[in-house]
Amino acid sequence: EIKSASVSFLYCYRTMKILVAVKRVVDYAVKIRVKPDKTGVETQNVKMSMNPFCEIALEEALRIKEAGFAKEVIAVSIGPSQCVDTLRTGLAMGADRGIHVETNSSFLPLTIAKILKSLADVENPGLIFLGKQAIDDDCNQTGQMVAALLGWPQATFASKVVLDKDKNVATVDREVDGGLETLNVDLPAVITTDLRLNQPRYASLPNIMKAKSKPIKKMTVQDLKVDIKSDIEILEVTEPPKRKSGVMVSSVDELIDKLKNEAHVV
Amino acid sequence: MTRTVLLRALTKNKFVASNAPRSISISITNLSRCISTLILAEHESGSIKPQTVSTVVAANSLGENSSISLLLAGSGSSLQEAASQAASCHPSVSEVLVADSDKFEYPLAEPWAKLVDFVRLQGDYSHILASSSSFGKNILPRVAALLDVSPITDVVKILGSNQFVRPIYAGNALCTVRYTGAGPCMLTIRSTSFPVAPITADPESKKATISQIDLSNFNDSVSKSRYVGRSTQDTERPDLGSARVVITGGRALKSVENFKMIEKLAEKLGGAVGATRAAVDAGYVPNDLQVGQTGKIVAPELYMAFGVSGAIQHLAGIKDSKVIVAVNKDADAPIFQVADYGLVGDLFEVIPELLEKLPEKK
Repeated sequence: EIKSASVSFLYCYRTMKILVAVKRVVDYAVKIRVKPDKTGVETQNVKMSMNPFCEIALEEALRIKEAGFAKEVIAVSIGPSQCVDTLRTGLAMGADRGIHVETNSSFLPLTIAKILKSLADVENPGLIFLGKQAIDDDCNQTGQMVAALLGWPQATFASKVVLDKDKNVATVDREVDGGLETLNVDLPAVITTDLRLNQPRYASLPNIMKAKSKPIKKMTVQDLKVDIKSDIEILEVTEPPKRKSGVMVSSVDELIDKLKNEAHVV
Repeated sequence: MTRTVLLRALTKNKFVASNAPRSISISITNLSRCISTLILAEHESGSIKPQTVSTVVAANSLGENSSISLLLAGSGSSLQEAASQAASCHPSVSEVLVADSDKFEYPLAEPWAKLVDFVRLQGDYSHILASSSSFGKNILPRVAALLDVSPITDVVKILGSNQFVRPIYAGNALCTVRYTGAGPCMLTIRSTSFPVAPITADPESKKATISQIDLSNFNDSVSKSRYVGRSTQDTERPDLGSARVVITGGRALKSVENFKMIEKLAEKLGGAVGATRAAVDAGYVPNDLQVGQTGKIVAPELYMAFGVSGAIQHLAGIKDSKVIVAVNKDADAPIFQVADYGLVGDLFEVIPELLEKLPEKK
């Protein structure tokens, strides 16, 4: 009897899908410029990449699949036509298929969460991975919202994920203010990834070629019957106040003198 | 609705400049809005954490006629002690709500989000706030989704009851936003932007009322999330997020052993120890010392960075420091562009010299 129970759990894992949301953002190394008309940050002719935290999310999903705990990794991206490039990168890393929810609007995290919830209702994943935050808006909200809308547990800022195949739970170490915290969450669950969870792989050339034939399904917000939330208005985007330029000192003695007698901090 | 009518009436007035509607709408918002704020409070060992008090300071600036309620959850005597301390942690706190139950022994997002939804149905809150600590960041967005509200996270400036400034692109741009929804306005507050002025103890000041929340109708189904444990550094060093002095080391320190030099210097100056992502990744220090865009944001009086190159993501965490000092062997390190005082030199020589010559901490 015990044998058949563990077989059915294994079967569950063998059919488990993992949904990973990936966002196309300004590359982390770019020095951004605020537009003179203060409507936003300049993104034309600027290098764009997959959000670093989303890469980590995808990498973790791929590792879980390679360990035999999942059957399929699905990458999702929401945005303009160029999101297909981001999805192709994800497919080249190893995702099985992609979903592109095409829109030229810039959605708030709550709308993104509703879209992901709609997709989860259709795909029934056992896990949803997201990066903890996007490095453009730095919101750090979407994962938590998806979990709320689905009524699933959440494990945010994950630095380690261990799946227990018998008990259908994930043990997650999280990076919190005081150090590390460990939680146990029942699947299905939402996990958001922090920096030290893993080192994402580079897509090899053969995998990049293979990725060209993997399917990307195109959808619209209307297809998913999602109510678009616009309860936040952006009034302006500005540069932060510039620091007064500093001075170079030539010795420790001079430094101490300045800190003591000029800055009055020691 | 009243707001729109008043605005129209005022703009019809020929004495009102027609290009100043924005400032008028802010002041009308402040006048007409009765502000009632619920703050998700954090406590430890029987007292309220400093970032919660900063959140009270922020709530104070939302407008006139404001009432501030602190929501504490936990179980047992340390919770009740914290509630008592919370009632006098700041003169602006009107009431302390206490949810005492085993469910809240450790702050998990799922029961906490249900609790906030439960509580806010009983009070008519115009605003729900939390600090943008790992607690607030984990919980508040989950609550917001339950309430179908878009929250505004990491607020650094409050311009009015529904107008805020938050950093984007690792603080390289600031975004001014207005909340236009019907539900409560929900925010997480960056505590370094709302310092707490030292409060002189006033024996006359009345303590806030403390109410135990009746949880008999609080329905939290079987928990799908369980706390297993944690690892924290027990240290006498001041808390990184609120220290007056922060000494940070980068990967150039090369080892756990060498990092002790940073600790010695921090101890000499009565400061906290910080680290760059590279130093944490290399294993020289634990993760909770990481300063930067996705780590801790600090704003000390004195920030000293040794062997730190000054990557964009690190600078995001230190830009509001009063005085920044950088020591690096590389004269071209980007950190020198933000440092008030820069010294090109070998940290392995500079730190011992500083230890020898610096006066003892004030």
